[in-house]
Amino acid sequence: MNVIVCIKQVPAKIKIEIDAKTGTLASGGVDRAINPPDLYALEEGIRIKERTKGKVTVLTMGLAKADESLKEAVGYGADEAILLSDPAFEGSDTWATSHVLAKAIKKIGQFDLVLCGKQSIDGETGQVGPMLAEALGVPFVSLVNKIEELGQTSIKVMRMSDEGHQLIEMMLPGVINVVKEINVPRIPSLRGLMAAKKAAIPVWNAQELGIDPATIGLAGSPTRVAKVFFPQRAAKGEMLQGDTEGQVDQLLEKLRQTKAI
Amino acid sequence: MTGDGLGDIWVITEQRNGRTKAASYALISRAWKLADECQSRVATVCLSQGVEDAGQLAAYGADKVYLLDGPAPDGWNDDAYVKELVDLAGREKPGVILATSGSLGSSVIPRVAVALGTGVAANCISLDFDPQSRMLVQTRPAFGGTLMANMVFPKKRPQIATVRPHAFKKGEPNSARRGEMIRVDFDRQSVTAKTKLLNVVKDLTEKVRLDEAEIVVCGGRGLGKAENFGFVAELADVLGAALGTSRPPVDDGWITYAHQVGQTGKTVSPRLYIACGVAGAPQHLAGMQTSEIIVAINEDPKAPIFEVATYGIVGDLFKIVPLLTKKLREARG
Amino acid sequence: MEYFLSEQQKTLKGLARQIAEQRILPVRAELDEREEFPWDLIKEMASSDLLRVFVPEEYDGLGGGCFDLCLVVEELSRVCGGIAISYAANALGVLPLILYGSDVQKKKYLPAVASGARLAAFAVTEATAGSDASAIRTSARRDGDHYVLNGTKQFITNGGEAEIYTVVVMTDAAKGSRGASALVVEKGTPGFTFGKKEKKMGIRSSATRELVFRDCHVPAENLISREGMGFIVAMRTLDRSRPGVGAQALGIAQGALEAAAEYAQQRVQFGHPISAIQAVQHMLANMATELEAARALVYATARTIDAGAKSFTEESAMAKLFASDMAMRVTTDAVQILAGAGYMRDYPVEKMMRDAKITQIYEGTNQVIRNAIALEVLKRKAKQG
Repeated sequence: MNVIVCIKQVPAKIKIEIDAKTGTLASGGVDRAINPPDLYALEEGIRIKERTKGKVTVLTMGLAKADESLKEAVGYGADEAILLSDPAFEGSDTWATSHVLAKAIKKIGQFDLVLCGKQSIDGETGQVGPMLAEALGVPFVSLVNKIEELGQTSIKVMRMSDEGHQLIEMMLPGVINVVKEINVPRIPSLRGLMAAKKAAIPVWNAQELGIDPATIGLAGSPTRVAKVFFPQRAAKGEMLQGDTEGQVDQLLEKLRQTKAI
Repeated sequence: MTGDGLGDIWVITEQRNGRTKAASYALISRAWKLADECQSRVATVCLSQGVEDAGQLAAYGADKVYLLDGPAPDGWNDDAYVKELVDLAGREKPGVILATSGSLGSSVIPRVAVALGTGVAANCISLDFDPQSRMLVQTRPAFGGTLMANMVFPKKRPQIATVRPHAFKKGEPNSARRGEMIRVDFDRQSVTAKTKLLNVVKDLTEKVRLDEAEIVVCGGRGLGKAENFGFVAELADVLGAALGTSRPPVDDGWITYAHQVGQTGKTVSPRLYIACGVAGAPQHLAGMQTSEIIVAINEDPKAPIFEVATYGIVGDLFKIVPLLTKKLREARG
Repeated sequence: MEYFLSEQQKTLKGLARQIAEQRILPVRAELDEREEFPWDLIKEMASSDLLRVFVPEEYDGLGGGCFDLCLVVEELSRVCGGIAISYAANALGVLPLILYGSDVQKKKYLPAVASGARLAAFAVTEATAGSDASAIRTSARRDGDHYVLNGTKQFITNGGEAEIYTVVVMTDAAKGSRGASALVVEKGTPGFTFGKKEKKMGIRSSATRELVFRDCHVPAENLISREGMGFIVAMRTLDRSRPGVGAQALGIAQGALEAAAEYAQQRVQFGHPISAIQAVQHMLANMATELEAARALVYATARTIDAGAKSFTEESAMAKLFASDMAMRVTTDAVQILAGAGYMRDYPVEKMMRDAKITQIYEGTNQVIRNAIALEVLKRKAKQG
């Protein structure tokens, strides 16, 4: 089977600063890593490749240094990796990102299955997988925690639903996003990691993908971040005073105000 | 579109066993207030017929109720839902589409958005109408909840947002309100389903998964004995929360290890963590201190849990917890 | 301190740490409690090529040096000394072959160890021959194209689990210490059995057993180097492996220091974390300083060995001595900083203290090590004088 895994390079530790003047994120100088949920997608992709004697291609849309994460993915066992990078991509929302990925996948050509992680640890939207499926015109199943059967034209997967689990048959080619219950990612091998350091990672830009820059990036994204801010949080805990009834009433009010309940 | 406001605001509702879920009602209530602010109308879309409380939707703010032809409520047909919604939205051209984030919000809604040529603001905790820019401002958390982002749709329509289940509260119904019931028949054959539901496995073990719950209610040594976990469990029940414990009750056999939160148990980071009779030993804190809001109830004012609590109540948990449960139950109605 | 590791060394260290944190950490307490040999972890390490590090390239290894081995052992020990020693003793077991074995022998045994298919162990110690290694009594009588072994080895790490044993035996008792030889004995050879598994103070997941030889026939081709070379093989082997014991001590101490520092910041007494108390700060400062000094010594020794130094007996002994004594002090202090909690098995430091103790004992007790160092010092003085 020809498998494509989409990964994202994210900050290794979630600790951000806001530029006081512009109100936007000041990122930079932070250690970056493969988005941990994507490791499960990568592991599953490699297992499928091993079972079916197929191939795994890893894609990511990111800055130039995202190629480190792609090399790491090759170290885990991916056959090929491609970096989608262009200044025009910067500021892309989930819609724009999924469209860039879709273009890249179309350029790659034949594929059987695309795997994505459940969501990224920074954006936390979980939208790219289904948007990508729709952009490719293929089916999508979310929250997959087990691949039960791999066929030539379809696969059977177990997914998590609100009340339990559902067994779904999906025609191929298709897209799934997976949850961490699906597997335990392997530790890469030394030889794999050392070989991967020498891997050549091709970079595709907007022109090579045939994308009109006006349709992606900050300019082309349907949504825009108007402002970022730190949520209101009590510096130190507040001790609620009064009699029992009073304390309970105050608590309920605070919880409702902060939308906790 | 109505005036230069938001246009028609649609709420995609979800049903369970024929009844509309509380989170959907909450969303309708919010949509109604927004519609008021900008002279718009609210429509609800039910993805199945046989919705027993369709009449109630108008009472909570729906001007129109679209009842889509669809399979049985527990069934599945993402492909059909996507096509139905895209067709309907393409014809009726709403300005805003809202849905609860969750199963539907993570699979159907994003696909609908792409098909309509627009984006999604996902997992929002706040929706506001900015009268100056006449825009819908969607607020969502990022970076593990440490940061909030205000999203807007500068040009593309409809504006689509998925909303976290506990973001809004169900409002007051007005039984005098009437809405237009519109049955939408849909040609099932026109959909080439590429996915098929083969089997459903109901999860009989945990009511709410501890590590994915939005709210966790936790009991500790302060409960005194196994039976007293009942108080905590009732509070969890009324909040739709997962039940947790610190280590001592597990060691004493009051509750199973599956509920243990802490260094040697599960690590949780819910929106709300309520600790009842929990001292707050370091190993316990390690498992829950990144929770967004921590409420601690303990009779010992020096209990370490108060150092991480957002709100603390020093008092008798056997009085406080049942009273809290009672008031929440009354409010739920 | 920045030690300016090469890209390769950074990759190696990072991988060892990943295995330690993701695979070893969750099970270390349980394996210690149950005294269970970590076969699953050995398999994981093998599939990550970690067992190839100490095998030369010609025999399916990655040809790593002493320093590479120290980096791996240190990272594994930081999380669990018991599992680290199972790895390190394996390397020790094949070292005599790597240093003195024939090409035929290396081809026969090394690839299986590199792939993790078979484990190795090194055996010198007997009931009557610990520090006094030359007092060994296990005999190997030549009989046609075999040696017949009789005797018992004691306290052998990986005993029973390993399949390849490099054993030092007496082939000619009359020649005293020049009458010893090194042989490879495979598990399953008739006449070769194991004693019961020892119950230990620490490194409890490591397997320690007696090797019992009763008229055990070993093929003559299993002789490593020549008859009479036994103690030279043993001493040169230990010269190269002692920095590894030092690395194990470094790792254990590192884990203990981190646990102590973290706890000190969380534990609140008298209204503030105990990390604000100078007494505690000074303990941490001392721990960190001597840990770094030991690390510098171990690394310098390993690097000097890899750079081709002709003799390094003294440095190697010093590295092992200083690091192990340091580890015992640091882990003891770590338990003290955690105080009551540190004494409880729920917390990791008491295990670290139990694990550290053995580093002062095996591969030469620190007393006999001091003898060796003193000899070198005096030899030097004699030369100068």
